[in-house]
Amino acid sequence: MAEENKELTGYVHSLESFGSVDGPGVRYVIFLTGCAMRCQFCHNPDTWKMQTGTPYTVDELLNKALKYRSYWAKEGGITVSGGEPLLQIDFLTELFKKAKAQGVHTTLDTSGNPFTREEPFFSKFRELMKYTDLVMLDIKHIDDEQHKILTGCTNQNILDMARYLSDTKKPVWIRHVLVPERSDYDEYLIKLDEFIQSLENVERVEVLPYHTLGAYKWDELGYEYELKGIEQPSVERVENANKLLHTNVSGL
Amino acid sequence: MAQYEQWEGFVGKNWLHSVDVRDFIQENYTPYDGDESFLEGPTEATDKLWGKLQELQKEERAKGGVLDMETEVVSGLTAYGPGYIDESMKDLEKIVGLQTDKPLKRAFMPYGGIKMAEQACTTYGYQPSEKLHEIFTKYHKTHNQGVFDIYTPEMKKVRHNHIITGLPDTYGRGRIVGDYRRVALYGIDFLIQKKQYDFERYARHGMKGTDFRLREEIAEQIKALKDMKEMAATYGFDISAPAKDAREAAQWLYFGYLAAIKTQNGAAMSVGRVSTFLDIYIERDIKKGILTESEAQELIDHMVMKFRMVKFARIPSYNELFSGDPVWATLEVAGMGQDGRSMVTKNDFRFLHTLENMEPSPEPNLTVLYSSRLPENFKKYASLISVTTSSIQYENDDVMRPVWGDDYSICCCVSATQTGKEIQFFGARANLAKCLLYAINGGVDEKTKQQVGPAYRPITSEYLDYEEVMERYDDMMEWLSKLYVDTLNMIHYMHDKYYYEAAEMALIDTDVRRTFATGIAGFSHVVDSISAIKYAKVKAIRDEDGMVVDFEVEGDFPKYGNDDDRADDIAVWLLKTFMHKLSKCHTYRDSEPTTSILTITSNVVYGKATGALPDGRKAGEPLSPGANPSYGAEQNGLLASLNSVAKLPYELALDGISNTQTISPSALGHSDEERTDNLVHVLDGYFDQGAHHLNVNVFGTEKLIDAMEHPEKPEYANFTIRVSGYAVKFIDLTKEQQMDVISRTCHKAM
Repeated sequence: MAEENKELTGYVHSLESFGSVDGPGVRYVIFLTGCAMRCQFCHNPDTWKMQTGTPYTVDELLNKALKYRSYWAKEGGITVSGGEPLLQIDFLTELFKKAKAQGVHTTLDTSGNPFTREEPFFSKFRELMKYTDLVMLDIKHIDDEQHKILTGCTNQNILDMARYLSDTKKPVWIRHVLVPERSDYDEYLIKLDEFIQSLENVERVEVLPYHTLGAYKWDELGYEYELKGIEQPSVERVENANKLLHTNVSGL
Repeated sequence: MAQYEQWEGFVGKNWLHSVDVRDFIQENYTPYDGDESFLEGPTEATDKLWGKLQELQKEERAKGGVLDMETEVVSGLTAYGPGYIDESMKDLEKIVGLQTDKPLKRAFMPYGGIKMAEQACTTYGYQPSEKLHEIFTKYHKTHNQGVFDIYTPEMKKVRHNHIITGLPDTYGRGRIVGDYRRVALYGIDFLIQKKQYDFERYARHGMKGTDFRLREEIAEQIKALKDMKEMAATYGFDISAPAKDAREAAQWLYFGYLAAIKTQNGAAMSVGRVSTFLDIYIERDIKKGILTESEAQELIDHMVMKFRMVKFARIPSYNELFSGDPVWATLEVAGMGQDGRSMVTKNDFRFLHTLENMEPSPEPNLTVLYSSRLPENFKKYASLISVTTSSIQYENDDVMRPVWGDDYSICCCVSATQTGKEIQFFGARANLAKCLLYAINGGVDEKTKQQVGPAYRPITSEYLDYEEVMERYDDMMEWLSKLYVDTLNMIHYMHDKYYYEAAEMALIDTDVRRTFATGIAGFSHVVDSISAIKYAKVKAIRDEDGMVVDFEVEGDFPKYGNDDDRADDIAVWLLKTFMHKLSKCHTYRDSEPTTSILTITSNVVYGKATGALPDGRKAGEPLSPGANPSYGAEQNGLLASLNSVAKLPYELALDGISNTQTISPSALGHSDEERTDNLVHVLDGYFDQGAHHLNVNVFGTEKLIDAMEHPEKPEYANFTIRVSGYAVKFIDLTKEQQMDVISRTCHKAM
């Protein structure tokens, strides 16, 4: 075992043994804690805080995941989601490195928010990408001003990350949460589609209809839920978004 | 060596000399690894007949669950003339034969117990015959009377207190699968000859009681075979010789099965492994150009329609145990051969396709004998049928084949027996959760306060001590296992004597292997309770008599269903310990004891009779079914739960380890295609670890709630769900059981 990494600790919000919509095939999904974004539609606000949750070493976590290997076949594997996993990039890199050494398919589910071409992050990110088979990248809003309203952050570095991944030919799935009165406008969807079309590495685009199942958590945590009164998008609007974003998925 | 023109085109040798259907199959079947695109839709005749049958089913439901009932005629092979789904459409029926003279009419079957037969009538407003009452109380004893004549007071007490429950002492024990294929392959005359040979073979010098019994049984079997011919003749068929084509083969085989369901009302009346066998005849006819694919599908559709019509007159207490009017007409498809070839044929697709041609249905209880080495196309098709109908179950061929060979049938919900070579004595189940409470309360029942078990020292401390509880529990299980086996021995002795399955045994080898199937109820609750006592602090709450009636748990403890070895090791220990105790007992007719973790829907009734448990389950709440983890215990998702169950070694529970899981469609994938692929991965991963059984439901809780509230909606008429070991139409369950199904974990997307 590599001793130089001593006891890297990852903070885990929760684990799901059966993820089937979190990357290709059947996946073990690890939800890490900590996120700097404050997306109004977030259904897991309980993952925001840093360094909360259950501490794990890389080996502990990987061994737990490997118990499900018999379900993965060729396409399945592990997905690390969050929270924002890039906030624990050292731990994440070590985890993926060891997973790859065992031949496990690795997927990173990220908002891209921590991305920057500045050091030391950029070197670390490039190292991580060596062991990452697929990136699932959320683009919350294509318009920067609207993005700020929706998430509290700019989207410039996120779009930059998408371009970087395109330049380096890293397979990517783009995911977009369709929120009525926020992102569900044809002009934004068309703009988003244009951006996606300009990338060369996108294997799949997914529209995730906004839902309110996590709203109760905001109350529990004492946060004010700003999307109160906004319903989930209609079937027609979801179809429309799928069409405009060329997802090739119809009638879910 | 026998030679019939009906066998033209078949190859092989061994099966010509002796009754050996397996050999015939292995020599003649055509494996198929293509996809489902060859399948045909329903014919006009199928649509008409199925339409009619649905009308009848609707009428049956409107009349409170029973369409019609016999009161004057004792059921038997020749008790009735021919009957049809509809007299005016009888020429459309490719497969004929009803249990009585009318469709869905329930026969009068007094041999299991006259009281129960009569109670079944009065429950549904029918007046039982006085003449038959006199005959079966004055002149002819029944199985039920025989058993109660010899039960000990202690046996009556444990029965009354529901620590051993669901015993087959008031109804047919079932679970005996005749090799109905023999009728088709050999014809009845050949089979009579073979039985006559056995009859002579057993005329041994110095014969004693057991020899006389066997000779009498063979004589009964020969009589049943002759009666089968007569029964078939009323429909215009002569089944003395082998079947000459696919239609005859299916019809002959069905007549064999019909003989069983006309004479026995067992809790499970399985059809067996018939799919690959029939494919051989279909392939031969298609090659000859005398049968089209559409006609082949029609044959299978019509045969399956008959399996959907099997009915028995039941009493309310039976219906509470086995809800939804099941008969376990279990029928297997797929599996691998000993030689490594897949046994999937086109016919295995056709049987699954009946669920598309004639909508979902609980019967026949379609069972896929699964191996990750089955052809990918078949795995995907089966998985698609699960995703769209939730009507089929899976059992691991890779763990069963080494024990039972490659020609076993599932004789009830999940238990395997070698076809035509083996039978099982069915033995309901012992409530091990209640047994734990007896251990704590010194053998006093927590509900009735009777001293039921031996008056061992009760536990008197405020907090339960792990070592002490385990010691007492071991003693109490020892008592229970012995009494349980003794009780079953009596039941099976009397069943052989007064309700012998002559028609089924006539289609099974005379030198038959017997297993003795016991069962465990309350499994997950015992595991979690012991875990709570071991890893947390459990305080006993006593009532004014000093009886422990409730528990308070302080602290967390590992639970079965989370892939946590601390809890799962207790599960393995429990199974091993109980099985070991059972195998120390003498069993009737030198049968081999086995056990199962399988409760059917009886988990609700058993739960009602069971007090609060240390795992937090409250008094009277349903036990979790089969080997399923307890409600709410699963905290790490579907696969963690499956991994826990997969750790239970099949060789310790050869009668089966039943697991039922419900997955919300959105948690299984975005599209049916993704769901199908992902389900195949789940099945591969689960069974490759040596797990035994999985019921798969694909729907969300919302659908169940809507179906419960609006059973009249047409889309719910055939809404079928898998419960422990079988399938039911959801709207046929009692409200209580519907609530139970709804409250169970549904695995959703996060």
